[in-house]
Amino acid sequence: MSVTPTTPPKSWTVKVREKGVEALPPDKLLPDGQPTYVASWIYVFGVASIASLIVIIGSGCILALKGPAWWHETGVGHFFNSIHLWSVELFFFVMVVHLWGKYWMAAWRGGRGRVWVTGAITFLVAVPCALTGYVSQQNFDAQWISTQAKDAMNSVGVGAFFNLTNFGQMYSYHILLLPIAIVLLVSLHVLLVRRNGVVPPIELEEKLTAMRATSPDAQHPPAGAGEVQS
Amino acid sequence: MNSLGAAVLGAVFNLNHPAHTVDWSFIHLSVANVVVIGLMLIVFVLAILLPFPGAASREAARRGGGGGAP
Amino acid sequence: MSFLRPKDNTQPWKGRYAPYDLVKELCIAVGVITLLAVLLTVLLSSPDDKPSTIAQWSHELPADFATTAAKELAGTSDTAEYGPPYNHESGSVQHFLFLHPQRWLGVSHPINTADDYVIKPLETIPNDPALTSALAEYKGATEKQKKEWSEAYAKPLEAYATAVEEKKAPPSTVSVNQSTGAVTVKASGAGPVPVMMTSLQSLAQSGGLEGGLVSSSQFFQTDYTKPLLFMADGGLLAERAEQQHLLGEQWGLMNETGSYPGQPWLWLYALWYQVEPMKSSPNADIQVLLIMGLLSLAFICIPFIPGVNILPRKIPVYKLIWKEHYRSEP
Repeated sequence: MSVTPTTPPKSWTVKVREKGVEALPPDKLLPDGQPTYVASWIYVFGVASIASLIVIIGSGCILALKGPAWWHETGVGHFFNSIHLWSVELFFFVMVVHLWGKYWMAAWRGGRGRVWVTGAITFLVAVPCALTGYVSQQNFDAQWISTQAKDAMNSVGVGAFFNLTNFGQMYSYHILLLPIAIVLLVSLHVLLVRRNGVVPPIELEEKLTAMRATSPDAQHPPAGAGEVQS
Repeated sequence: MNSLGAAVLGAVFNLNHPAHTVDWSFIHLSVANVVVIGLMLIVFVLAILLPFPGAASREAARRGGGGGAP
Repeated sequence: MSFLRPKDNTQPWKGRYAPYDLVKELCIAVGVITLLAVLLTVLLSSPDDKPSTIAQWSHELPADFATTAAKELAGTSDTAEYGPPYNHESGSVQHFLFLHPQRWLGVSHPINTADDYVIKPLETIPNDPALTSALAEYKGATEKQKKEWSEAYAKPLEAYATAVEEKKAPPSTVSVNQSTGAVTVKASGAGPVPVMMTSLQSLAQSGGLEGGLVSSSQFFQTDYTKPLLFMADGGLLAERAEQQHLLGEQWGLMNETGSYPGQPWLWLYALWYQVEPMKSSPNADIQVLLIMGLLSLAFICIPFIPGVNILPRKIPVYKLIWKEHYRSEP
């Protein structure tokens, strides 16, 4: 509904809103039901990945409130550093189980290739985000990792503008730039899942064969089936 | 920080000692990493084997109680 | 359809929907993950090994410090001979076939090891006429003379380091006072270098050297490149790393200090460094990164790679995931 009756038809605001609502109407953006085939514990690992990311960012924000030296100086700071470390370990744990599940479901079927792509890129961006965290610790581990990994960065020329031994730069990448990238990628990933729906099951070969034998339209299974022919 | 706070904030198990490793041919992995990888495999297998709650509601939906696409 | 071009007839789901509370699921997930993280924190905490300092290095391994400092002055240390992005040498410059990205991106963080690690820090020491005179003599000499002096000083120290590494009797030209950390080098033809190095050792042991290396260009600084590269040229960091299983041949890039889990997700990256030809190649880093770059691209493109994208259909793990759905089908 336009705010004013005289809003011009080419209003960018109206266009963006209409495109958004067309792509993701509210009951598709936040559905209160899922297909009956969503019936496996493997499905919780996606939301577990998001939950881990929320805990990482939350604990990271608390660490950022008091600055990068705090966790060395107080027990409370060390406590929140531990939460941050373990939530990172949990994040990679559940994310990898999630990707194993999605692979064995061939979850890219039915035009869902971009869902896989955004998910894979999220994983690949999370790895350097973790690396920048490790070199921002300001302890022996950070000294060793930065002086070793710098050789890898330098070998491909990346070290010329991404200096692992520059604490200020690495801290900035870690607490701002890379988390923003990850949150944007995860948001895109989830919105694509909402738009396409959770991938339907792979149709059993024997059912496909039976359908082709009995159906006059032997090349096209009925709507509701999901399969990949080899 | 009081002693209760210190007790809560300190670790129950102290892992601040050099790691034990699992060595096989040219592969040398820390026990902690092997445990994590092993747990991931176990959790994956359990996730696809264990029944998921809500079976009754899904069965009711299949029999006609559930709605169509949102 | 053919192996190379699988056909995807996946249709939008037209079947039944059951109630599913996504927001409640997210809240439960956040609660469970928070609880797990807190539990792991209470049980295991997290590691925090204190950083090494140049002062510690010069106290604990005085001969190693002196050897490294001499090499920095002589221009024969790893950093001095590294190449881009620190200087124009080629000791650590890698390439792969026609790809020379390290050279192409050039020197972006210039380090002159003799000036940055020895001369400039010594110039900050006040009220030392002997040092002032030595520095003036060194700076006034020709490049050839400077090189001869610094190499004359470094040579007995390198022999000492080799003897210690091979657990042989060290040469008598180097003596180390373990309680004071003083290193005395008998080197003929070393000119003013022994005086300079003795002063540098005292400066390091007093803690004045690392501050100077960090804030050499401006007061506020967050770039620790110079002190870190200096320490990495020596043996202290590597000695600690070996005890913590962090060296390359120990698959160290997957590991954390202590017995904590590290980065198991880096297993494939670590693996390539352990196999030939990468294992013994001077270009190992660029080779491994190119392999991982290709594999990462392949990972992103799995849906489009023939063979890989039909494996889930061939190995029916999906029958376990959707067992309830298949059982309920007519």
